[in-house]
Amino acid sequence: MANATLQSAAAPRLRPLGRDLIGLALIALAGLSGYWLFPDNLAFLTRVISVALLVLSLDLVVGYCGIASLGQAALYGAGAYAAGIACINGITDPILLILIGAVAGAVTGLFTGAVMLRAHGLPQLVLSIALVQLLHEAANKASWLTGGSDGLSGMAPAPLFGVFEFDLWGRSAYLFGLCLLLVVFAVLSLIVRSPFGMVCRGLKEDPLRISALGIYAFPVLLKMFVISGAVAGTGGALAAIATQVVGLDSVSFELSANALVMLVLGGIGHLYGALIGTVIFMALEHTVAAINPFHWMTLVGAVLIAIVLFAPRGLSGTLDQIAALLTRRGGRAGR
Amino acid sequence: MQTALSIAMDAFAYGMALFIICIGLSLTMGLMRVVNLAHGAFAMIGGYIASWAGRDLGLGYGFGIALAVIGTVLIAIPLERLLYRRIYDRSELSQVLMTIGITFCIIGITNYIFGPTLKTIPLPAELAQPVDLGFRSIAGHRLFVIASGLVVAGGLWFLIERTGFGIHLRAAVENAGMARTLGIRTEIIYALSFALAIALSAFGGVVGAEFLPIEPYYALRYMVTFLVVVSVGGAGSIPGALAACLLLGAIDVTGRYLVPDFGNFFFYLAVILVVCAFPRGLMGRAH
Repeated sequence: MANATLQSAAAPRLRPLGRDLIGLALIALAGLSGYWLFPDNLAFLTRVISVALLVLSLDLVVGYCGIASLGQAALYGAGAYAAGIACINGITDPILLILIGAVAGAVTGLFTGAVMLRAHGLPQLVLSIALVQLLHEAANKASWLTGGSDGLSGMAPAPLFGVFEFDLWGRSAYLFGLCLLLVVFAVLSLIVRSPFGMVCRGLKEDPLRISALGIYAFPVLLKMFVISGAVAGTGGALAAIATQVVGLDSVSFELSANALVMLVLGGIGHLYGALIGTVIFMALEHTVAAINPFHWMTLVGAVLIAIVLFAPRGLSGTLDQIAALLTRRGGRAGR
Repeated sequence: MQTALSIAMDAFAYGMALFIICIGLSLTMGLMRVVNLAHGAFAMIGGYIASWAGRDLGLGYGFGIALAVIGTVLIAIPLERLLYRRIYDRSELSQVLMTIGITFCIIGITNYIFGPTLKTIPLPAELAQPVDLGFRSIAGHRLFVIASGLVVAGGLWFLIERTGFGIHLRAAVENAGMARTLGIRTEIIYALSFALAIALSAFGGVVGAEFLPIEPYYALRYMVTFLVVVSVGGAGSIPGALAACLLLGAIDVTGRYLVPDFGNFFFYLAVILVVCAFPRGLMGRAH
């Protein structure tokens, strides 16, 4: 009897795991096809991956905890600057640099989370903006450490595993980034489905009921902020290693706002949505903004308005709805 | 002493210019519960129209202001009917996204029409001259901004607290369903208050152009400043907005005079401290 319940409990658990593996395979496939199709644009593609990590981290906060933030780049920039400064000061192993970036992001996440969770709603949004602006000004002022408005340059990361050099073509940087993205994505898929992830979702849906269940929200949300900071810091460190320059724009309100737009485009509350949104947004930006930056702004604005009016759940949510409509008949017949 | 006085005068005038722009945003956010990040975009449209009227049509400053206010409201009314009306009862995130979208569109279209250059608004001779106050002289334009700010604050207070329209507005905000049942046409009240907020933003954009120059990315550059000021003051409160504008204006101007290489550092530090200490803003209402 006990065996039977265990089995029936284990059976549905396999299904999302299988779906995750297919998803990871799809991401790897898309990444590798990018590698073969656009061998001249690998630097741009690496940037897409690092921003995708930022958007994923934002999704953890906005999509899974329901905390609107316009300051996520603070965490990304902290990771980028930490990795860059460490690299200049003699720590050149890329994996170690990524870890340093992740830790710096997590610490910044702990700090910003502790401040932001003091308020709710609009003041919270304003706090997130103020925090990223404060860090921006601090990075600008501390030019002895960060290079100020000239940016931090002169990094020379050692070859990965002592074999693969970070050269001008950016092949190893891109493949390194892709592997990093796959690892992070796999870990995040497990986290958002864990009991902890479920509590976060619950806090987003109905905070009152969750607190009635005896759960104190603050440490749960703070933990998510720390995880989100680690992911964003990883993205920042990847950008620092790949481009070997860290600019003030990596900790800016503009980057934070763009990350939110990408997330909304892809779909809030889906890890896949974050990736889809980043790829589409950055590919469009790459082509249209090169022609005329003001046309680009008009286009982004129009897309944002259209999403809010017609597809509030973003592209991935809309795709889900379409899929549900298509499969509803088949699914019912099967039962 | 001389420096302290001139800093104080500048800070006061700058705070008043901020107030004229931000009070409209405070009204839409506090009374109508819409986070309108496109507020700065309407101030920018006002500035562009006034600049066009002053430089290309050769109209006077007063006509420029009137044209800017009327033109901006005419542009904003269809936007309210088509777009804003749909987000009145949506989540804050939807409102933020929609209004950022509107801001981007306005920036893109304005620059397509007027070109990506800094726009100046010619001042009349009376305002360009310094005025002697007895103990020191001050640019006439600053006095004009300060006076306008005081008039706007007083006028709004009177409108909301002492007139029939104000009573209807407050009723519609407290309980829209009950107000409708009592025969108040809430959608007209909302549209009128929205138009009033936009008119104030256009007015502020024109008179504040000496402090916040009209340029292509105006709407984006000051979007955060306006939002921050309203949030610090407490949305919907006129004295709160006034206090926040004067406090943050003073910190900003003093910081720029005394420690210019710190940029906005102290401004945002003050914002974080105030919001942490008063999560609803200096004089916000509990909802």
